[in-house]
Amino acid sequence: LAGRCSRVTLRLVAECSVTKARACDLILPHCAVSTPVFMPVGTQGTLKGITVDQLEGLGCQICLGNTYHLGMRPGPDLIEKANGLHGFMNWKRNLLTDSGGFQMVSLVELSEVTEEGVKFKSPYDGEEILLSPEKSISIQNSLGSDIMMQLDDVVSSTVTGPRVEEAMHRSIRWLDRCIAANKNPDKQNLFAIIQGGLNAELRKVCLEEMTQRDVPGFAIGGLSGGEEKDDFWRMVTLSTDHLPREKPRYLMGVGYAVDLVVCVALGCDMFDCVFPTRTARFGSALVPWGSLQVKQKQYAKDFQPIDPECQCPTCRQHSRAYLHALFKSDTAAMHHITIHNIAYQLTLMCSVRQSIVDGCFPEFIRTFMKRMFPSRDQYPGWAVDALASVNVPLE
Amino acid sequence: MKLELSRVVQGRGRLGVLKELGKTGQHSLEVPGCLLHTHLGAVPHLTRDTLHTLSNLPSVTQVTLSNIAEHQEVLEEFKDGFRRFAGLHNTVLYCSLHDPATPCPTGYNTTKTVSVWGSGGRIELTVAKFMALQKTVQPDWYQSMADGETWQSGTSRKRVRKSVDRTLAHLDECLLVHQNSQELEGVEVFGVVEGGDILEERVRSGRETAKRPVAGFCLDGLQTGSMDQALRTQLITAVTKELPEDKPRLLQGVGRPDEVLACVEAGVDLFESFFPFQATERGCALCFGFDVSSDPELAGRAPPAVVELAEEKTASGETRQNGDSNPADQSRMTSFEIDLKDKRHRDDFRPLVEGCGCYCCVNHQRAYLHHLLVTNELLAGVLLMIHNTAHYHAFFRALREALANDKLDVLKRRVLGEGGGQTERNE
Repeated sequence: LAGRCSRVTLRLVAECSVTKARACDLILPHCAVSTPVFMPVGTQGTLKGITVDQLEGLGCQICLGNTYHLGMRPGPDLIEKANGLHGFMNWKRNLLTDSGGFQMVSLVELSEVTEEGVKFKSPYDGEEILLSPEKSISIQNSLGSDIMMQLDDVVSSTVTGPRVEEAMHRSIRWLDRCIAANKNPDKQNLFAIIQGGLNAELRKVCLEEMTQRDVPGFAIGGLSGGEEKDDFWRMVTLSTDHLPREKPRYLMGVGYAVDLVVCVALGCDMFDCVFPTRTARFGSALVPWGSLQVKQKQYAKDFQPIDPECQCPTCRQHSRAYLHALFKSDTAAMHHITIHNIAYQLTLMCSVRQSIVDGCFPEFIRTFMKRMFPSRDQYPGWAVDALASVNVPLE
Repeated sequence: MKLELSRVVQGRGRLGVLKELGKTGQHSLEVPGCLLHTHLGAVPHLTRDTLHTLSNLPSVTQVTLSNIAEHQEVLEEFKDGFRRFAGLHNTVLYCSLHDPATPCPTGYNTTKTVSVWGSGGRIELTVAKFMALQKTVQPDWYQSMADGETWQSGTSRKRVRKSVDRTLAHLDECLLVHQNSQELEGVEVFGVVEGGDILEERVRSGRETAKRPVAGFCLDGLQTGSMDQALRTQLITAVTKELPEDKPRLLQGVGRPDEVLACVEAGVDLFESFFPFQATERGCALCFGFDVSSDPELAGRAPPAVVELAEEKTASGETRQNGDSNPADQSRMTSFEIDLKDKRHRDDFRPLVEGCGCYCCVNHQRAYLHHLLVTNELLAGVLLMIHNTAHYHAFFRALREALANDKLDVLKRRVLGEGGGQTERNE
């Protein structure tokens, strides 16, 4: 654990004796974070429609900001003047920023990756910009996030061939450049991102190399991008097999309930995804048995809350019918669902953690799956396989 | 409801309390005051948690048939009234016909029907349907069905006369149904005074409406943009002469601070609070001053807006003339607000209004609001709505205090700006 001025400490609270799941306390500069944890995404320095007080009230201890977007608008200099992203958005708990790598590639046309960095055209003024490891870290230093991500050479998980290997090796070199560029190792924790696509050998090389670097945590990247779930879980479990026990494992871009539960069983501690908050704005409420499309006609006269057992402010005050009607009149409807969905995700993680602490995580998994799917033959095959691989056969 | 006036000065307004509101009679509302404007029971953009960062909200929540009418079937199946349906607690429910923030198309009202516009389009209401809605909404108080499509300039005399006649006929029919409906026992009805911009018709409408057993009066067809304030004042003054002193007067569709002040002086007691919402939708923050404390240090503090307004006025060439705009173009910024999208706020780390205790001003800065607006973030609407609502209701508090302490002129100077808005430069 004795790293070079590392400010994050992982305290192992409990380990599942059946699966690879762990329950930990992640001690970060702003507050402790209980893991497994789902981190809501507040892309542009705000969680869409939700105040920081509401977010805090839901029990959120860490959320995400986006380096690419904030680096464009309002830019690192202004945020630094505002006392970092914490000061700018007035969030008193922890922040994690990604490197901007993913957006660069997924959002921006004509981006070109070289050893130097990623060259692209700004969508706001057409200017050519280079996002290098140094630049990404510099922006993240200005943002002042508690956890920063290295700039990685991001390749879609559906790509095969030499490009994947090239990207994996480059990501290692970029990791070293990021470590060197970090002006704030005392307060900001730089995580590495394991790449290697869906190729087990490449992943192993990456793991071998990156775990030799003195970083406070590791992310599993390059997944959750449209690849087959059968390949996805195998890469996840391979990665956790080779990551150090005493450092946090962050699986990027995962947020569907089933994925969360399975990947916790495979040994992951931290997750992020835009899905719960994005889908809320379309009226989709997440529930233990799937999701509920509030805007659908069938809910117009449904006078129960979204989930009668949910304790969130939305479910305690409003019915499906009211929310259905409100969607026709005011944006507040979206906010109600957003609050509910965040509550759902955080409560799910809380329950997962508690079951690990209580030593009954496998039972939790079975109950969860039964609730989520009408019958056994509807269980996703990949989930059944993945859970079987960690000693949880599903009836 | 019972209106207890503590001060009445001709041409200077009335001050008092509207008591025994609601079916339980336990609520009251100070006048001059405003109702809480909502969309289907929700203050725009706000959930209960964000709404409750505000204190001293009006005890009367306004909902509109333009939002509700399309849900009639749902409410009928729900059976327990709109208040329960919306999860509203501890508030008086007032039901109006239209949403003052969204003027609707004209030309659809007939002798027997008026139309409201819901999310799916036009809904035609007969008195029967109107009253069926009231029975299912179960408000504490509602305005009678009215034909108010006379706010367009150039409405013919004939049309204006028709609107007065129809509105009286609707009122009589509504009252008949009301008196025979057990579901509406204890519910109050306001008559609606029409008459366009024609003095004789206004007087006629007022006089006739006053003969009916109503609890108070809505003044319709005087919306912002329909006429200049001088005419509005003249008409309101003439109408209120016909109305009993002990019943409240609610002015529809007027919310701008300068117009509010003038209309209070003309005898209006209640307003709809949609102005904060309109400012929010423009990405603007209300910031006009209304501090009339005798503390010289405070009194001398000009709101930052006054300085910026002067610049913004010349920059955009926008002037605010009464009667210049029309209700359909309510998107024009007024001199009572600052445009947070303006580049000058990009690195302004001050709160929206110095000294404002609202959640937004305590926790956030102009630079952040600017960023949220530039990036089209939903939180901008939430924070601005909180601030604008707080600011607006504080203005009404200040208005009441000014009336109580004979400081209305001081308040007017403060709100309207000394000599047209260019006062002491202040950073």
